[in-house]
Amino acid sequence: MPHFNTGISDRDGYTVTLMAVETHVLDDDCVALSGWGRTAPTLARVYRPRGHAEAAEAVRAHGARGTIARGTIARGLGRAYGDAAQNAGGTVLDMTGLDRILAVDATTGLVVCEAGVSLHRLMAALLPLGWFVPVTPATRYVTVGGAVASDVHGTNHQVVGSFARHVTALELLTADGGVRTVPPGTPLFDATTGGMGLTGVILSVTLRLLPVETSLMSVDTERARDLDDLMDRLGSTGHRRSHSVAWIDLLARGAATGRAVLTRADHAPYDALPRRHRARREPLAFRPGRLPAPPPYVPGGLLNRTTVGLLNELRYRRAARASTGRLQPLTAFFHPLDGIPHRNRVYGREGVVPYRFVVPYGQEEALRRVVLRIAARGCPSSPATLRRFGAGGPGWLSFPRPGWALALDLPAGLPGLGAFLDALDEEVAGAGGRVCLAQDSRVRPEALAAMYPRLDEFRALRAELDPRSTFTSDLSRRLAL
Amino acid sequence: MKDAFGAPQSLLVLGGTSEIGLATARRLIARRTRTVWLAGRPSPALTAAADSLRALGADVHTVPFDALDTESHEERLGKIFTEGDIDMVLLAFGVPGDQARDESDPVAAVRVAQTNYTGAVSAGLVCAGALQAQGHGSLVVLSSVAGERARRADFIYGSSKAGLDAFAQGLGDALHGTGVHVMVVRPGFVRSRRTAGLAEGPLPTTPEAVASAIELGLRRRSETVWVPGALRMVMAAVRHAPRPLFRRLPV
Ligand SMILES: Cc1cc2nc3c(=O)[nH]c(=O)nc-3n(C[C@H](O)[C@H](O)[C@H](O)COP(=O)(O)OP(=O)(O)OC[C@H]3O[C@@H](n4cnc5c(N)ncnc54)[C@H](O)[C@@H]3O)c2cc1C
Ligand SMILES: NC(=O)c1ccc[n+]([C@@H]2O[C@H](COP(=O)([O-])OP(=O)(O)OC[C@H]3O[C@@H](n4cnc5c(N)ncnc54)[C@H](OP(=O)(O)O)[C@@H]3O)[C@@H](O)[C@H]2O)c1
Repeated sequence: MPHFNTGISDRDGYTVTLMAVETHVLDDDCVALSGWGRTAPTLARVYRPRGHAEAAEAVRAHGARGTIARGTIARGLGRAYGDAAQNAGGTVLDMTGLDRILAVDATTGLVVCEAGVSLHRLMAALLPLGWFVPVTPATRYVTVGGAVASDVHGTNHQVVGSFARHVTALELLTADGGVRTVPPGTPLFDATTGGMGLTGVILSVTLRLLPVETSLMSVDTERARDLDDLMDRLGSTGHRRSHSVAWIDLLARGAATGRAVLTRADHAPYDALPRRHRARREPLAFRPGRLPAPPPYVPGGLLNRTTVGLLNELRYRRAARASTGRLQPLTAFFHPLDGIPHRNRVYGREGVVPYRFVVPYGQEEALRRVVLRIAARGCPSSPATLRRFGAGGPGWLSFPRPGWALALDLPAGLPGLGAFLDALDEEVAGAGGRVCLAQDSRVRPEALAAMYPRLDEFRALRAELDPRSTFTSDLSRRLAL
Repeated sequence: MKDAFGAPQSLLVLGGTSEIGLATARRLIARRTRTVWLAGRPSPALTAAADSLRALGADVHTVPFDALDTESHEERLGKIFTEGDIDMVLLAFGVPGDQARDESDPVAAVRVAQTNYTGAVSAGLVCAGALQAQGHGSLVVLSSVAGERARRADFIYGSSKAGLDAFAQGLGDALHGTGVHVMVVRPGFVRSRRTAGLAEGPLPTTPEAVASAIELGLRRRSETVWVPGALRMVMAAVRHAPRPLFRRLPV
């Protein structure tokens, strides 16, 4: 049993707002909610429980006499792009009220926190103690509950796996209103990690942390001139960095198709800091910068082939042809865009549709075909990333599996985009790959079974655990999860 | 549920044999629509319409629905929503009437008004309430350019559409921010069975073109859609033409 010695109080944290397309108030707590992509908004009654008891009460109230049974779903910071954290006509539990870091064991590197704590806050609290979250997505404005429910991955997936692998226990509020402690290695754990909130409300999480000596990353950069070159470089084994990711220019065509800037990095050890580097005095400082937000209304079509092409060109040219050991603040490496609040507005009114998929190793041809199709179509996607995934976790609906993972964002207003992505799905599913549920807002329900072979087990567990579908989301309705 | 592009999975067409309605259903079935409810007056044409959509792979149900029998709307339409969410309701019923005859047959003229306006008010309110309860969905109302400014040639039909259009706009504002989206579609002259043999108006279009404009409007969550789009400017001019001039226009 670890011994917990520090209790960190909250209230000094970063304040957050629910992301919503519209917050027209019908009665006090009815809010039109959408995901980060700002597509398909629906109305729900939002409750913000402040503790376990209030959360349990809200779950039990569902289906009570007199209410229309449309279920309930947990919501973190609304960073899922699609409809995972919305529930039309039902209730949504805004978990950001459960925001206490309950205990930190600074010797063994374990933290117990409530599910509504953001990774941003965890970083701010833990970095000074010499600990970092083991896995971080490309934004730190996600809650711990959301990170578990989507079983998020980072650029170090090949080495450390996804988020759930570092969870040593979680507390889950289930449909019966009871709270269960769920340890790894149980079916309920495997259904909950990556389970998109559909097994219950995660109340608290015990997480194993990563020790770090500084808040800097030591970064190597190289350029890849085309897709084959990129895959060779990514696949080469002659390096020992734990993080690697490539920014790939999907507008480049012809010989340059798939050209990319590849970065690999590790947490910089204290000894690697040059003498008189200012970080020598404060090696564990956490100082993310903030930039002004784009205005609330941005005309659609701002991100078109020309503007995105220019940005991509800049990104490619600016990158060093080859450099090693450049020091970069943590936040600049992991979350380069988090400095701009509401940056999802740049896609305009119609919003943004993410496309995240992985195809197994050995299916490089399928990846190549998809990249060629996207390049040939001239989709203004900025920025796209290519990573290599390592072994998948036990989560039944967890996205990562060994293979090549490509992620891109596309303006929803592109003509014919829906049918185009459907065609890419077929390519991906045909290669034994899958698209990411946490980021999905459009996949065909029929395509899902091939992508997630354990979907039936997931459905069966839900049917038994929650026969009245207390936990329901727009995502679960759309995909019949 | 609708996807990120506004494509619905379930569709209810009021006026189940409407050519525009069926063209829209076909188009949406090619995207995401799996369940279609065709509400209309029972007839071989309604059955045939259902069969034609089934052949495309949709799960199709028909329900008896008469726009003139407003008493029954609540119960008939309400029942459909208890079977599952409806992502989109297309209000497609309507009668053109026969202006020349109806001018001297007030009872027939009233029937046009009752079908196109009163019937739509009733069915529109019932569906809007059900959509609001489920917290999402689109109500797409087929209005007409004829409602934008009543013409000598069809002011009975035109006035009924003017009423419907105003009603739908107001309903859209009432539901703004509720997750329910109301879209008013104003087609010009649509070449179809019902207009066959009639003198074509300016900028004629087709049921398929209306269907694709609806699909686009769903994606954009538009509130007003003109088909073809150029009619928006044309009608802006027509609306402001002085009466003496307007009377003499060949529209
Ligand atoms: C810019 C950007 C970059 C991203 N990069 C990555 C990346 O690199 N890798 C990656 O894996 N993901 C990435 N994501 C996705 C993001 O990490 C996930 O969508 C994450 O789940 C969002 O967390 P959230 O707290 O905002 O949850 P929400 O978006 O609010 O909810 C997401 C899901 O988690 C469930 N959930 C939330 N809280 C709880 C709870 N307490 N109990 C039960 N269920 C809960 C919800 O029901 C929903 O299904 C990125 C997202 C953005 C916007
Ligand atoms: N065609 C055009 O040029 C044009 C132009 C602008 C706007 N519009 C409008 O668009 C809509 C659809 O047009 P369309 O061309 O598709 O027309 P359509 O093919 O003639 O269809 C009209 C539909 O209305 C139904 N209907 C009529 N009276 C009804 C009643 N009392 N109860 C229930 N259903 C009734 C008809 O059902 P039955 O089979 O039972 O008769 C039919 O399904 C109409 O509202 C029309 O006014 C059409």
